[in-house]
Amino acid sequence: MTFSEQPAIANTPSDTDTVPGVATPLTQTVTAAADRSSQAPYLRIENVRKTFGKFVALKDIYLDVYPGEFVCLLGPSGCGKTTLLRIISGLEQQTQGRVLQGGKDVSHLPPSMRDFGIVFQSYALFPNLSATQNVAYGLQNQKVPKAQIETRVSELLDMVGLGGMGHKYPAQLSGGQQQRVALARALALSPGLLLLDEPLSALDAQVRIRLRAEITDLQRRLGITTVMVTHDQAEALAMADRIVVMDKGYIAQVGTPHSVYQHPTSPFVANFIGVMNFLDGVVEADDTVRCGNILLTAPHNTVPPGQAVVIALRPEDMRVIDTPSATLVPNQVKAEVLGREFLGAGYRLDLTLEGNARQPIALEISANRARAMGVESLTALTIQLPPEMIRVFPKENP
Amino acid sequence: MTATSPRPLAPSGTPSGLPSRTKAIDTEAWIMRILLTLGALWLLVGVVLPLIPMIGRSFHDTSGQWVGLGNYVQYLTTPSLVQSFLNSFGVAITTTLLSVGLGFVYAYGLTRTAMPGKLLFRTLGLLPLYIPPLANAIGLIFLFGNQGLVTKGLFGLLPGVDINLYGFNGIVMGEFLYCFPQAVIIMITALNLTDARLYEAATVLGASPVKTFFTVTLPSVKYGLISAIFVCFILAFTDFGVPKVVGGNFNVLATDIYKQVIGQQNFAMGATISVFLLIPSVLAFVIDRLVQRRQTALVSAKSVPLQPKPNPLLDWAMVIFCGLVTLFAVTVFATIILASVVKVWPYDFSLSLKNYNFGTVGGGGYGAYWNSIRMALYTAIFGTAIVFTGAYLVEKGRGLQWLRSVSYFLSTIPLALPGLVLGLAYVFFFNNPIWRIPFTGMAIYNPFHGLYGTMAILVLANIIHFYTVCFLTATTALKQIDPEFEAVSAAMAVPFYKTFWRVTMPLSLPAILEIGIYFFVNAMVTISAIIFLYPANLPLAAVAIINMDDAGDTASAAAMSTLIVLTSLGVRLAYSTLTRGLRQRSAAWLNR
Repeated sequence: MTFSEQPAIANTPSDTDTVPGVATPLTQTVTAAADRSSQAPYLRIENVRKTFGKFVALKDIYLDVYPGEFVCLLGPSGCGKTTLLRIISGLEQQTQGRVLQGGKDVSHLPPSMRDFGIVFQSYALFPNLSATQNVAYGLQNQKVPKAQIETRVSELLDMVGLGGMGHKYPAQLSGGQQQRVALARALALSPGLLLLDEPLSALDAQVRIRLRAEITDLQRRLGITTVMVTHDQAEALAMADRIVVMDKGYIAQVGTPHSVYQHPTSPFVANFIGVMNFLDGVVEADDTVRCGNILLTAPHNTVPPGQAVVIALRPEDMRVIDTPSATLVPNQVKAEVLGREFLGAGYRLDLTLEGNARQPIALEISANRARAMGVESLTALTIQLPPEMIRVFPKENP
Repeated sequence: MTATSPRPLAPSGTPSGLPSRTKAIDTEAWIMRILLTLGALWLLVGVVLPLIPMIGRSFHDTSGQWVGLGNYVQYLTTPSLVQSFLNSFGVAITTTLLSVGLGFVYAYGLTRTAMPGKLLFRTLGLLPLYIPPLANAIGLIFLFGNQGLVTKGLFGLLPGVDINLYGFNGIVMGEFLYCFPQAVIIMITALNLTDARLYEAATVLGASPVKTFFTVTLPSVKYGLISAIFVCFILAFTDFGVPKVVGGNFNVLATDIYKQVIGQQNFAMGATISVFLLIPSVLAFVIDRLVQRRQTALVSAKSVPLQPKPNPLLDWAMVIFCGLVTLFAVTVFATIILASVVKVWPYDFSLSLKNYNFGTVGGGGYGAYWNSIRMALYTAIFGTAIVFTGAYLVEKGRGLQWLRSVSYFLSTIPLALPGLVLGLAYVFFFNNPIWRIPFTGMAIYNPFHGLYGTMAILVLANIIHFYTVCFLTATTALKQIDPEFEAVSAAMAVPFYKTFWRVTMPLSLPAILEIGIYFFVNAMVTISAIIFLYPANLPLAAVAIINMDDAGDTASAAAMSTLIVLTSLGVRLAYSTLTRGLRQRSAAWLNR
């Protein structure tokens, strides 16, 4: 029962999927997404649809979650992510479709018969019970011997870093500590699936960043399959093995944080995750797009010539060219500085491109670089829109 | 990416442990369904079914012959009876204007000014809540009646003033004392819910205090004001105790029903008048519900509470105003006590406890007093358990949504049922050993007939009579509890009834005790719901007051009133002490 010591599923350490900024856990338990997809999925959402009256909250959702995987449901409010989580838990009944967990159809089981632990945004800690009593709540009902409960609870509290604080009531704990108690309580019955419903949203920015590292660390150590709902893209990028981006009740894209950020498949995903510049254009040839009077090389383009498109480019992906030379560097554009904003670690410049004044774009450079350029008095510059960084999307009909 | 191609699912970890769990959960779902059904049945028997024979009776004559609308025609063509209807209206409207008008100013003083002595005025202003309305009426007799202190000019020290107590004046004064604290409570709540930033905005925009009052204050308490108006109207329109004691020859609907039923044994006409009493109450109730539904939250979590600023002129004007109102209420209260401990009012003011020796007067004496305490205790215990469980099932239950909606609706109906109507309906429903099912010619034995003439039916009537206020209190308390508690418990496979016992109940303890007190106090002072129901071998204190007053033993009636008031106040005091202890013990989880 001591799963703090439990060895995780054997696997190879992950490469590109390791989340930046998160300390690599001591035990090597991270399973690469590529490895996992060769296993059988632990959780399967099959053709799930949910309607509230005439409102369609979820449209025919398919999703597989593999054993030990940390999946984030990410999207703006009202996109259906919480509804999907509640359907997985059985707190909400789907209108159509199936939910399979661990090889078993749980579609119509009440929550109490499914095998999961859950942490809510409000934590839902019982305020009249101490931290220990909260964590022991489910164990007591299982008729576990008292001594065993005590050992287990103190183990769990140690695991979340609250050893010795079990006698305190929720109101006597800080937000971050309450969150850990809720986590320990959710894990007390050793569930096969951990569900997190915006678990960090109620916390201060600093505590949130610390806790998201701790939660991923714990999740990897335990190797517990986890589904988290969040509207915070930074949180999803930092924590998830895979991100499920949702919009208006459907899944817009599924992928590793890296692929979702670098290779968004739609303007919605591009815009929702990170900051993105958009320029309207028309495809001239297979790898050439015209924006206003600018001709841009775009090798990733798949849209046939003649079609209206939107090209997308991240502010930090553009380069400033110090010594312009028309031949060597493709996609060079002269730009006028409209405004500048100091961001602390860097600068953001608002620019209009020569030949396409209609749509201003943003460019981010490091503070270092900005100082060297004399950014405060800069009025014009030459930039490059690197061809390999340009994404081209067919223009959606308005 | 990762297009998910169908693949076999990983096998479950512990499939063998599941069947026993399945069974347990089925039981849980069934317990929930059975409890919800029982709750709905309870309300059906307590509220809906009894009204049917009563309304049916109003279409029959005294010998049981169908007369259609005959009774109604007879009623509407009997000038004296129509006059009662108009009298009831007049009394109710006057009382409502007085209570809500003065209650609003009183509550405004307590919440929106920096007047001194707020706690004192708050306590004294709500004092009449613990006094049976008819006890207030007894107090008024000793002040303004034929032998009253004011009428006689304080033993001839001053010129006497006769205000013609018996009739309209007396009833309105008595009803005012009854309705005023209710209006004050509603208005304090409404006035407390405000956002200081609205007032700051008004000041910054250059609005005068008068304009601010009409554009910010009044709109924000609109719903409270409407609620207070309807509550006071229903109370004054349907009250029986006050007109019984100081009504004289001034008839109102409530006393008419009593006279028809007790005096003339004309149950059919009693039922007819009951319908006339019922209709305006139900209308007021429905309109209030519809209006309140349009209310949206004015106060958000970010609201800043308003701190009234000192304004000497306004503050002292408020002290004088509140002082005068309080003086009236306290004088009446003091008079009741004083009248109970003097030998012969107003001739011999030497102190004596002889009025507390009920042996020489009718009404049941101390036996009645103990019966009332027993009845109030049973009402408090069973009523609280039933109301809280009912509210829990409606608010936090899962499944059977339609049944929960029906239960909610039925739980709010008793507010619209005048006590006399409820009591009379219970007589028709429970006293009848055989039910005839209309239009079928079939009949069945009444399974509830055994309750008639017992303590149980008195307790039942009291619980239903005061059900709605308690139900709404419980619902409000339950709404404040995190809705995810049940979800979290379910995730840990803990059945709902365990979480109800270990978490929901402890968290709601203040509300539960509050409900218990409300039941107790009201069961002690009420007469309207039980006057038709109490059996001869179970005399009750509040009824005894009426009987003593009828027999001319007004001083004994004052003594019995004093006993009731002191008991209610004592219980309330014990409650405060008890909750202070509870609060200290649970301080760890209530406050940091």
